[in-house]
Amino acid sequence: MRKRNRFLLFGMLLILGVLVPLEAFAGKAEVKTSLMIDTLWVLLAAFLVFFMQAGFGMVEAGLIRAKNAANILMKNMMDFCMASLGFFVFGYALMFGGDGALFGVDGWFLINAKSPNHLPLYAFWLFQAAFCGAAATIVAGGMAERMKFSSYLLYSFVISAFVYPIVGHWVWGGGWLSTYQFHDFAGSTVVHALGGFSALVGTIILGPRLGKFGADGKPKSLGGHNIPLVALGVFILWFGWFGFNPGSELGFGDPEKIALIAINTNMAAVAGAISMMFVAWGKFGKPDLSLTLNGALAGLVAVTAPCNVVSPGAAIYIGALAGVLCLFGVLWLDSLQIDDPVGAFPVHGLCGLWGTLAVGLFAQKGFGAAYDGLFYGGGLKFLGIQAFGALAVIAFVVSSMWIVFKTIDALIGLRVTKEQELRGLDLSEHGMESYSGFQIFTTE
Amino acid sequence: MKLIVAIIQPHQLPAVKQALFDEQIFKITVTNALGCGEEDKYQKVYRGVGFEVELLKKVRLELAVNEDFVERAIEAIVRGARTNQVGDGKIFVTDLMDCIRIRTGERGPGAIG
Repeated sequence: MRKRNRFLLFGMLLILGVLVPLEAFAGKAEVKTSLMIDTLWVLLAAFLVFFMQAGFGMVEAGLIRAKNAANILMKNMMDFCMASLGFFVFGYALMFGGDGALFGVDGWFLINAKSPNHLPLYAFWLFQAAFCGAAATIVAGGMAERMKFSSYLLYSFVISAFVYPIVGHWVWGGGWLSTYQFHDFAGSTVVHALGGFSALVGTIILGPRLGKFGADGKPKSLGGHNIPLVALGVFILWFGWFGFNPGSELGFGDPEKIALIAINTNMAAVAGAISMMFVAWGKFGKPDLSLTLNGALAGLVAVTAPCNVVSPGAAIYIGALAGVLCLFGVLWLDSLQIDDPVGAFPVHGLCGLWGTLAVGLFAQKGFGAAYDGLFYGGGLKFLGIQAFGALAVIAFVVSSMWIVFKTIDALIGLRVTKEQELRGLDLSEHGMESYSGFQIFTTE
Repeated sequence: MKLIVAIIQPHQLPAVKQALFDEQIFKITVTNALGCGEEDKYQKVYRGVGFEVELLKKVRLELAVNEDFVERAIEAIVRGARTNQVGDGKIFVTDLMDCIRIRTGERGPGAIG
């Protein structure tokens, strides 16, 4: 070849060799950057929701007596493990494995499982599994201080592998409730009402702790042994909720929306804490820290359903009312002689229901809701749908968990013996003390 | 005047307190204690290592009473703490030389009140 032609050929190859890969790279970057950010966000949110397990653990441990602290933390730890396992084997397939009205059928053991959206399957799975763990651990608190550990393990697997995924499928996985435009953004019903009402069923079947109600039926205070732990737990939960709610957007394509969700999450927590504090102050004469902390949680639970379709002002109302509702829930349970050591039902069950209904009151089409809520000119339609969906889920949860607990009770027993309960579950179930070396008054 | 010391099971304390209150005996002191009598030891396991624990948690009650209250106090404690099981506890009755109310300086049976 002549020198000039060789030079031209070399020049062309050089240009092609540089430009083509660049273009290909630029093309790849254009397609993938948004997916990268979405996946990053969902995984980060999943890690935050996982951290909420620590929050639940600290809240529950702090609100019960020292002699049972290791036991509740063991149940908390196992909840996440059982939930992960159950959700891996059965749960994901039931929840997202198809379009069946009641449950899905594809993807057992995550084999041939598919992500229902653009996210990588494993990222989406991890996020959903963390939610599953959160739902399961709510019940540990309601049934604390007198439930057998082996029974708890059984229950934990069943709720994570079957009950939660089925409800999740109805609402998020393409099941029958999703066709009604039932709106539960991040799980006031699917996670919290499910957990709270399961806790109620469980605690009723279990019966109250020894010494909780006197012979005259009046409640006695079996006080929490470590209120600072409860405070720590609530802050951890609040922090984790910033993953729980904003993460449910499953992407970062709409930064305004994510910011709205985050601020709503915060304002509801704040309003719940403040309203609970003032109402309890007025009613009992002193501002009570453990109730105030529960109030913050109540606000967070309540805003979980509506947070992406309401204004921050509405979030404040929702949280404030949740705080009040939670307090009356606690008193109501005492009056019925139902013993809920950590307030699992008032916080998660009642306020989860309230949050779901609040969508029907405060939602705005301007924020992307399917309908306007009652207070924005939409009439009762949305409220009706929310009430219908919530009650359907609650009915299913109550009946299925009743069967689950009764079955476990018949098979291996649900409650520990009187001696085990008095000695403390740490010693009787685990052969260890949480506070070995401390002098702790264990007079109940 | 007598000083009554009772070692009881911790979870019987509410019942014993109630029984004493029913007898109009309100002034008691309660402390933690570890002890054993005839009960069995129990096993603890920590990170794979097992060990026996013989000293069990107890609660120690102390009350200073005048002569006319001694039997009533003993009966009340027994009523509250008895479960007919090994480990119910023991009551020790000792003579009390003097009792002084710090606030007023009163001494003797009047100070027990």
